[in-house]
Amino acid sequence: MISYQLASTVRLGIKSLLLHKLRSALTMLGIIFGVCSVIAMLAIGEGASFEAQEAIKKLGSNNILLRSVKPPEQGRSQGGGGSRGSQLKYGLTYLDGARLQTTIPGVLRVLPMRIIRENVRFARNEYPCQVIGTLPSYADVSGAAVVRGRFLCHMDEQHKDNVCVITTGLAQRLFPTDDPLDHSIKIDTFYYRVVGIVQERSQPEQRSQSGKMEGQPLDNNVYIPLGTSRTRFGEVLVRRSAGSFEAEEVQLHQITVQMRDTEAVETADPQIKSMLEHFHEQNDFEVIVPLQLLRQAEQTKRIFNIVLGSIAAISLLVGGIGIMNIMLANVTERTREIGVRRALGAKRRDITRQFLVETVVLSVGGGLIGVVVGVITPVVVSQLSDMKTIVTFWSVLLAFGISGAVGIVFGLYPARAAARLDPIDALRHE
Amino acid sequence: MPDESAIIHIEGVEKRYALGGEADVLALRGVHLKVHPGTYLAIMGPSGSGKSTMLNILGCLDRPSSGSYWLGGENVATMPDDQLSEARGLKIGFIFQSYNLIAQLTVIENIQVPLLYQGRDVRLFHQRCVDLAKLVGLGERLGHRPNQLSGGQQQRVAIARSLVNDPLMILADEPTGNLDSRTGTEVLDLIDRLNAGGKTIVLVTHDERVAARAHRVVHMKDGLIDREVVNRPPPMPS
Repeated sequence: MISYQLASTVRLGIKSLLLHKLRSALTMLGIIFGVCSVIAMLAIGEGASFEAQEAIKKLGSNNILLRSVKPPEQGRSQGGGGSRGSQLKYGLTYLDGARLQTTIPGVLRVLPMRIIRENVRFARNEYPCQVIGTLPSYADVSGAAVVRGRFLCHMDEQHKDNVCVITTGLAQRLFPTDDPLDHSIKIDTFYYRVVGIVQERSQPEQRSQSGKMEGQPLDNNVYIPLGTSRTRFGEVLVRRSAGSFEAEEVQLHQITVQMRDTEAVETADPQIKSMLEHFHEQNDFEVIVPLQLLRQAEQTKRIFNIVLGSIAAISLLVGGIGIMNIMLANVTERTREIGVRRALGAKRRDITRQFLVETVVLSVGGGLIGVVVGVITPVVVSQLSDMKTIVTFWSVLLAFGISGAVGIVFGLYPARAAARLDPIDALRHE
Repeated sequence: MPDESAIIHIEGVEKRYALGGEADVLALRGVHLKVHPGTYLAIMGPSGSGKSTMLNILGCLDRPSSGSYWLGGENVATMPDDQLSEARGLKIGFIFQSYNLIAQLTVIENIQVPLLYQGRDVRLFHQRCVDLAKLVGLGERLGHRPNQLSGGQQQRVAIARSLVNDPLMILADEPTGNLDSRTGTEVLDLIDRLNAGGKTIVLVTHDERVAARAHRVVHMKDGLIDREVVNRPPPMPS
């Protein structure tokens, strides 16, 4: 009975709204934009933070990354403790790696890496690459998957063999037609036999040691045994540029410390820092804790959502005011009708309900269209740009819920105003 | 005490309008009136005589400042707003000068409106609404909207609408005021037929020829019933 009455009120509301199609459509626009922007903004925010979190997760939440950092300029005179004048010595050392392994509790593995930029050549193809000297355990720690062949092994390390493993991207570029396995590629002046191809889960090393991105295609990595890297390239790297040259002595560019669990990460972080600070005179390393980055990213996401959400909420508010404005005009316009209905037995609450239902039909109708547009918009956005977007169910629910609430909140005043009209005055209204 | 035999029993009704703190205007100054079932009553009077105020009070659109008004034995003078609305919907059928149909509704839907506010399921009363439309000669135009009908037709829809809740009385305010004489006569004939069928009619007009159809004609002046003319005897209360 009640539901039947409500259904007929809703039908009547739709009918009245259809009398002024353009007006109703324009009024709905406010809500459509509001709901659409709530969903779209939250989807973009969600997508952005998802990408950031994925990137951090790939670093490994159980890992602590240590990187060699070139100390600031003024440190040069003190830090250049080497034999030759213009040579700069800094960074993490083999000794650091050994100390980490032995003194810090909860350490599973310590993975040292030497990262050297060199051109890699096969036949006529030549590409700038990162030549990474590392240990066989790299594959486990970084999560790189062997696609073909094998990863480096202990025999390679012991014999300091000239073997290498290349990433899938590089394999495609260097060997467009040939099978890379068992071919030899030339790095600097030596030849290295390709023994395997790996699919990288991430390229954390791609952010170069000095922290700046160097317009290099991603996924161009060559892995060689650490020992081989040490003997073939030596510890002093010379960079020639525009007639001058710069020599750097860096033992290790990066150490990845794999901890037992996330708890161990928390406790080991300050220990590692204080230990390294004790042995390093200058500030020539950085400690990156992916777990903390992840937490920060989550915090950022929360703030991001609040900011985006409130912007969208403001647009919904504006839409609501638009609805209220139109409904007030509507009430004035239909004063006579209100009088007639009152004369025919409508109680104040019947009039309130009628106008409230009309407002809610407007806002919920706008909300429904807004949801459709709002779900499509992020898809279009991610098609047109590289942004990842995620439309979550709760954001749709939230936006739709708010649109309904806006209808009730902003419809209540006009509806009450309609109900308060004196039936005699209303009937006399022209 | 209410006169049980009367449909309308008004006893010493006054209506005072406050005009910004100055001397109040007394629109009705103690009116007495009794109307028995089946009576066709016309109320006449020049503007300012209190005719409209009388109509509003009779129609339960307004409450008297003092005095009593028993409508079908119930004192509506002191009813709260919601009960008054219910009394309007159930006991009174309104016919207005300007028809006052609801523009966005069809003929049949307009007839159904008073049912809605009594919480009645329109579907159960559909046949009744169709019969009423036939009674007023609009059985073929159920799906039309008011703007597709002539004035006379619209007024006949309004009459059908006034009957749908089977009210105690029909309250008509200048029902022919907007109609030409021929369609006006048709509408008045229809009202005559309703009265002949036993409906109590109260009609407000300033047209002598309209008033001539009533059993009793009440003339108002300065907020009081000035004189009453009996054209023909109303049916005796049973």
